[in-house]
This record gives sequence, C-alpha cells and structure tokens, in this order.
Amino acid sequence: MEIFADALPALSSAWGQILQPMVLGYLVLGVCMGLTIGVFPGLGGIAGLSLLLPFMFGMDPVLGLALMIGMIAVVPTSDTFASVLMGIPGSSASQATVLDGFPMAKKGKAARALSAAFASSLFGGLVGAAFLTLFILVARPVVLLFKSPELLMVSIFGLSMVGILAGRIAIKGVVAAGLGLLVGTIGEGPFNGELRMSSYDYPYLTDGLKLVIVGLGIFAIPEIVALLRKDKAISDRQSIGGGWFEGIRDWWANKWLSARCSIIGVIVGVIPGLGGSVVDWISYGHTIQTAKDKENFGKGDVRGVIGPESSNNAKEGGGLVPTLLFGIPGSGSMAVFIGALALLGNGIDVGPSLLENNLDFTYSIVWLLALANVVGTILCIALSGGIARLTNVRFALLAPFIFMIIAFAAFQSGQNLMDLVALFAIGFIGIFLRRFDWSRPAFLIGFVLSTPVENYSNNANQIAGIRFKESFEAGMAYILSPIVIVLIVLTLLSVVIGLRQAKNIMAEGDIPSGGKRAPLTFLLVVIAFICYALWDAASIPDYAATDRVFPMFVASVSLVGALILLVQMMLKPETHTLFADGERSADAKDNAFGLWPTLAWFAFLLGLTSLVGFILALAVFLVSFLRMRAGLGWVHTVLYAAVGIAFMLGMAAILGRDFPPGLLQSYVTLPWPFT
Amino acid sequence: MKLNSFARRAAMAVAAAAAFALPAQADVDMSGKTIEWTIPFSETGGSAKWANFFAPLLSEALPGNPTVVVKFMPGAGSTKGANWFQKQKNGDGTVMFGSSGSTQFPYLLGDPRVRYEYKDWEPVMASGTGGVAYLNAEAGAKFDGSANNLKDMTFIYGNQGATRLDLIPALAWKMLGMNVEHVLGIKGRGDGRKMFESGEATIDYQTSSGYLKGSSAMVEAGKAVPMMTWGSIDENGDIVRDPTFPDMPTFKEVCEATDGCETSGAEWDAWKAFFVAGFPSQKIAFLPAGTDPEIVETFSNAFAKIAARHDFAEISAKRLGKYPMYTGADAKAALGTAISVDADAKDFVVGWLKDEFGVELK
Repeated sequence: MEIFADALPALSSAWGQILQPMVLGYLVLGVCMGLTIGVFPGLGGIAGLSLLLPFMFGMDPVLGLALMIGMIAVVPTSDTFASVLMGIPGSSASQATVLDGFPMAKKGKAARALSAAFASSLFGGLVGAAFLTLFILVARPVVLLFKSPELLMVSIFGLSMVGILAGRIAIKGVVAAGLGLLVGTIGEGPFNGELRMSSYDYPYLTDGLKLVIVGLGIFAIPEIVALLRKDKAISDRQSIGGGWFEGIRDWWANKWLSARCSIIGVIVGVIPGLGGSVVDWISYGHTIQTAKDKENFGKGDVRGVIGPESSNNAKEGGGLVPTLLFGIPGSGSMAVFIGALALLGNGIDVGPSLLENNLDFTYSIVWLLALANVVGTILCIALSGGIARLTNVRFALLAPFIFMIIAFAAFQSGQNLMDLVALFAIGFIGIFLRRFDWSRPAFLIGFVLSTPVENYSNNANQIAGIRFKESFEAGMAYILSPIVIVLIVLTLLSVVIGLRQAKNIMAEGDIPSGGKRAPLTFLLVVIAFICYALWDAASIPDYAATDRVFPMFVASVSLVGALILLVQMMLKPETHTLFADGERSADAKDNAFGLWPTLAWFAFLLGLTSLVGFILALAVFLVSFLRMRAGLGWVHTVLYAAVGIAFMLGMAAILGRDFPPGLLQSYVTLPWPFT
Repeated sequence: MKLNSFARRAAMAVAAAAAFALPAQADVDMSGKTIEWTIPFSETGGSAKWANFFAPLLSEALPGNPTVVVKFMPGAGSTKGANWFQKQKNGDGTVMFGSSGSTQFPYLLGDPRVRYEYKDWEPVMASGTGGVAYLNAEAGAKFDGSANNLKDMTFIYGNQGATRLDLIPALAWKMLGMNVEHVLGIKGRGDGRKMFESGEATIDYQTSSGYLKGSSAMVEAGKAVPMMTWGSIDENGDIVRDPTFPDMPTFKEVCEATDGCETSGAEWDAWKAFFVAGFPSQKIAFLPAGTDPEIVETFSNAFAKIAARHDFAEISAKRLGKYPMYTGADAKAALGTAISVDADAKDFVVGWLKDEFGVELK
C-alpha cells in the first residue's frame, strides 16, 4: 500500500511539470501536427512520430514528451474524419466507426456523427487517464497474470465479435472471417519460417500483408468505387443538417454507454500483444449487444459511432501500460514512442524501474495524453462543420484525390510498388464481399487476429504440453486459470447473443436477392482459394509442422462452411437471402457507370505507375480523370491536378519519402520526385 | 585486473586510431544531404537503440552536418532489409545500413533466403555487446557456479527462432546438460523477458543493454539469479569476463565446473565460433557496395571522431554498455571475424539444428 502513499505527491509533481506555458505550447504544437497528419488515412501516428524523431535528441524531456504525446493522442481522434466522411478506416482505431459513421454521412448527418465521435473520444480519453492514474500502480501484477492461454482467450473473444457482425447468413460470416484469417497467414510462418501462399521469387508476400492495405482495400476501395459509379455527392441531401451540437447531445444521452466502452478500451489496451486493434470491434459488439432497439445499426445509428470512439482514445492510455512497464509496445506508434524516449536522453528508459523511480514522469505522460485529447477534440469539433461540407461535393471531384491519398498511404507500409498492387487486389476482394453481402468486418477481424491467435495458441500449446508432462494438475492450472474461465464464458455468451441478433444488423444495408449465377460463381472462387490454402499448408513438411497446423485448421473449418453454403445454394430458390447481390438493388439502378470502367481508372493509375513511376503517372491520371470523367474544363483540370501534385510533393518532402519508381526509372536516372 | 587493462587498451587503441584519422584531408563535404540509415528491425530492438544513439552524433561529426535519419525495415529476421541493401547502388553516402548478429547467422548458416553478400559492403563502424543468462529463484538457489544441480530440472525458454542469435544460449545450455524446452516463435527478447517474469518461462537470456534495463531489477527483487555471461574476447582470442559484468562467471567458467561439459572439441569450437561471430562485433554500420573510397573514409573518420569525444565513454556506457567500438581498418577486421566460421563449426551447428529443432537449411 505504500505505493499509494507515493502516488499523490508524484501526481502533484506531474501536474506541476505539465502546467507550464512552454509545455502547453509544445503540446498544442504536437496536437496540430498530429491533426494535420491524422486526417490523412493510413499515415497515422507512426509517420508523424518518425517526423519528430530527428528533433528529439537533446530536447528538454518534458517539452519533447509534450510534443510527442500531443501527436500520438490526436491520431485516433482525427482519423475519424476519414472514417465518417469517406468510409475510409483512417487507422486500426477507427475501423468500426465506419460501419455507422459513414451511413450517417450519406444521410447528410456528417457533422452530427463527427461531433458525437469527438465528444466520445474526449470523454474516453479522460476516463482512460483517470482509470490509469490508479490502475498503473497495481498494473504490473495484473498484466503478468496474462500468460499465453489468457492472451489466446482474449484474441478468441475478439474473434467472437464476428458472431454479431456476421450478417444475415451466419455461415457466410464465419467463412468471411476464415478468409481473413487465411489471408493473415500469408507469408513466413512465425515458428519455422516456412512460406505460406508465397514464394521467395516474389519477396513481397513473404512478409505478409499489412493492416493498412487490407483495411483500405476492404473498406475504402469498395465505397469509393460504389460512390464513383453513382456520380453524386456522398451525402444524399444538400443540407448537412443535424449540426455539431446535436452530436454532443447524442453523446450525453448515451454517456453510460460511452463510459462502459471507455473502460473496455483501457482494459483491452492494457493487455500486451493485442495492440488494441480489436478494441473498437469489441466495443462495437458491446454497443449492439446492450442496445434495446438494434435495427438501425449499420445504417447510421449514432450509438455505433459513440461506442468505438469512446474506446479508441481510452485505448491509447491503456497501451501505455505494457509500453512503459514492460517495454512491449502495444502498437506501432508506441514502438516509435519508446525509441523517442531514449532519444530524449534523460536516462529515463521504459521498463520495470520506471514506476518505482519515475512515478511522476509516468503520471506526466498519462495526463499529457489526457490534456492533448481535450485540446485535440476542441479543435476537431471546431473543424467538423467545415470539413463535413466535403460530403456535398460531387464525388467525381474528390475521388481522384482520395485515390491519390490512399495510394500514397498504402505505399508507406512497404515502400514498394507491390503495395499498390496488393491494395488493388484486396480492394477487388472487398468489392465482391460487399456486392454479395459477405461480412467485411468479419473478414477484417479475422485478418487482424490471425497472427495473435496463431502465436498464442502455439505458445500455450507448447507450454501446456511441458506442464502436463510435469503433472496433470500443473497443466490444468496453467490452462484453466480463473481469467481463462471468465473469458470462455464471455466468449460463449457473445457468440450466442451475437448470432441471435446478427440478422438485424445489416452492415451493408438491405441487399436484395436474385439470380443464382453471380453469387454462386463467387462462392466457387472462394472455395477454390480455400482449397489452395489447404493444399499449400498441407505441403509444408513435417519438420516445420507448427507452421502448418493453424492454416490447415482454419482452411478446413472454412471449407466445411463454404461447402454447406454450396449445398444450400443448390437447394434454395434464387430469391433466398443467400443470393444477395448488390447489383440487383434499387440503388444499383442509379449507377451512372459500370463497375469495370470505374475499376479501369484505378488499374490505369496502377499500370502507368509501374511504367513511369508514381508522380508522373499521377499527373497523367489526375488530368485525364478530371477532364474525361469529371468533365471539367481545361483550366480547372490543370489547376486541380497541379494542386494535387503539389500537395503530394509537400507531404513526401516533409515526411522524407520517395515514390514508387516504374520501368522508366530503371533506364533513366531522374531527379526527385520522379525517382 | 587483466580485464580492465584490456578494456583500457582497447579504448586507447580506438582513440589512437581516431587521432591518426582526424587530419585526413580527403573528407567529403556532406552539407545539405540526408543520410538514411536503414535498420532491418523494428523500432524497439537493440539495433534501434544503437542507431538512435549514433545518428545525432554522426550528424554532428560528419563535415557539413548532414541530417541523419534512422529508418526501420523489419522483416524475416532482418533478411529482408539486408537483401534490400544488397541492391542499393547509391554510392554517395546517403544510404547506410546497420546489421546485427541476426543478420550474420543466417548468412553464416547458408540460409536459402539470404541474397546478400557481406564481402561486397563497406564497413565503417562496428561495435560489440555481450549477453547474460539468468535463472528463476528456484533454480537460482541450486546454482553453485556449475550446472550439476540443474540437470534434473526442466526449463522453459522463449526462443525467437532456432537459427537466430538464440542459438548461442540454446547450444550453451545443451552443452551444460540442462533440459531446456524451447517455445519457438517469440517476437523479441522483451517478450521473452515478460514470459519469464510471469512464470511461463523459467530461464532467459538478454543482451547486455536489455539486461541492464529490464532484468537487473528482477535480480535485485530476488526474482531472478544471474547464471553466466557469454564473456568477452581478449587480444589472444580467449574468452574472459565481460567488462560490463565483471562479477558474473562466463559460460566458459561454468562449463569447466560442470561435469561432462568440455571447453575443447567440436562442440565447444562451434559454440565459440558462433559466439565470436555474433557478439563481439555484433552491430556493424555499412555503406553500399561500390561507394567512393573518399566517402567511406569520411564516414570512418566521423565515427572515429565520435569515439574520441571526451564524453563518449560516459554517454555510451549508459546506453550501450562498456564495449569496444571499431572504425576504419579495425572495423574491417571486426567484420572479418563476424562473417567467418570454419566449416567444421558450421557443419556441427547445422547438424545440431536438424537434430534438436528439425530445421533444415537447404
């Protein structure tokens, strides 16, 4: 208990350090930089922090901290813009926000959705900080309770959220999650380094696909393509009614939901190794499960925004625990944060001693984070009314720039032209999942959890085997700890409740059925992929069997699910929901353009990039798109394209990035940015 | 006292080399340039710490004070980044690379994924580290400087991968006759330490900086007992105590005290060969193949200048531990030892990896 006696003086000393004009000034500076970067999907905190790193060396520690934390804290707030306004998950923190936020924007309620989201973020951040202030004192032994079996069960609990997001046909959701899990296993196996569905002749895939690319491909590209085909604005009405004040009222009406989700956010964020990438799904699932009327979820229910947004800022606070206390970063931005702390060079390094020797420093971090949330949220709410007007702009004018930004974002993950190819390929999958009403959230959850589930199940299995050799009791004590039992119960409840309610939650809207051929063809393609994955895993030799077990298990389960679907498809009439096909909906009749010509524009950018490099290709793409598809006059075309290119160059110059080179660059040496 | 004098001599040698190198007239002005120093690991590892430590000092020491940015390219246990670096032809000093023991081992073992050739690259600086193995309290109570009382216990170890740097502790424990079960596929030594702390693993090892930062607190709290260091190499090529941990016995001492463990023969030679390749010159900074000799010289001199800073010993001991740093011809020599193990040692390790872990390198 004596540790609590230390807490109060440390807390007041921390506040003394924070509440200085210089510190606050740097905090606001960091927040502004974070907002600027966070608004662009896919860039997120890692890019921003890397940008700050060169300035960190020798900086006054508290000022440097303020700058960095200002930046980290607002990324999960500001990426809400992209999620709500364009249906693009800005980072892993706002995947679930897309599900209800974007439909709200389509109904002209963008400003309301945004301000509800920001109010929730602010509240979540503060609740998280308050909780952490006490919890961090006892966090160490609690975190140590989470061994491999517990971590495995948390991952599986996250996976159980697939239940509620499965859509109208539960098996379809399960197979979609299976597909996500399988796509997540692509690359080098984690234990013996055996390759799965990849080859050293094409080194790109050996590292597996990155979350940024899969997230953008599965959510953003299908939405962009769908909007582009309609050739209207995002919002279907001119008023951006339901202004920001209503959003705050919405939040107040759901403050208890917001509080619960904040606590979920901190707790899941604290668990090391999960990276908080499932937090928003778990709280989205929780939001639906505890709501009385559920029919509006997925169609623009403001609670679907409040839940995930309350948790994702709280999660950043929770993520500090494994980062600061164990040196295990919970996310990419936390990893850079550790590096930057070392650069500050004040002898403070993350690890076990931080709490005992530098409690005031730890508290400074926690409350700087909370303060940054306040500043960031106020700025965001102030901006939201203006930015929301983007939803009234004709989409054909926005689309080329969105393409430009997501291509750039995708390219950040691997600095490779193949990033764009992968984005295009995953986008293709996303388009068809959307069209045939296969749950895209389920796919993404599967992808995100593939690595943790495989790692923890393998670790738990190996260690349990050793413990059981010791004695039966030792083995059981290891596997069935109280935490594991509680998590198993929660998971079962979540699956049962989820599946019972899933029919009401139509993330893709009410998609009509008709025509057997297209849905059946897609199912056959899915089956072919699963069979390939199964064959590929089976061909891993015995000495590397640990790399084989997980993909084989997932592929087998998915195959059974897919075959059941196949049989059902043969037996049911074509009007059954099984044959949902977005192309048959009333919406589709409004489409001014076909799917293939629209996709061809993207393919055009991709192909041209491989020939002449990104910047030259982008120039040609912007000019031809704005002129031919958007039908602008030459003056506007050239002007808009020039602004776009200048913006891209500015971003790349600030972030110190190059662009993907093409064939041309391998023959001719060109100056930057054409390299 | 032999150790301290060795350390002092090493430091003096570096300082002398620096003094020689400094007046060179050939230094190329790098002003206005941005040097990208690529580290083939993630932002948290020892290599990141190492590069982050040197980057600002290098910027200060290079003529014209160019910006030095550390970039991270993790993947395939550093093979990805090294393969990428092999293809770099920018010989103007704007591309730099930092390799580590985990880059060296797959290269030495003939891993099929390795598409890089160390001998093509231009080393400009090398520095070493050490490692400490430690036991939990229960086993620590039985440890008497030999592993004799530990042979009837079963240990659990979180292993990053059989062909990674972890083969040094794995082989050492095997030679001591200890029964260690390896849980493969741990993402980093930080995760291994957490497994140890939560009681899932019962034996662990950390490189020097990881031990100083994370594990020594457990030792103070009585939860862990240091077992041995890998030691350090003296000028005769013999293993002596690690200057950072002069009170801990080396693996060689523990092996000599343990029944059935030999400090000679094929097994010992193989362990020592891989230790020498992996630790004393563990981290090396490279410029790409075909870099202008003047630029290589400039970088070597800059690193020598860093080593000659009056506060260098102090700031580096805190962040990197007390290990020698080599520049110029010494860095080349360090590279030489890092990438050569004799064929017998290699064959032994390849055979052992197959028997113990079923790993086939073909």
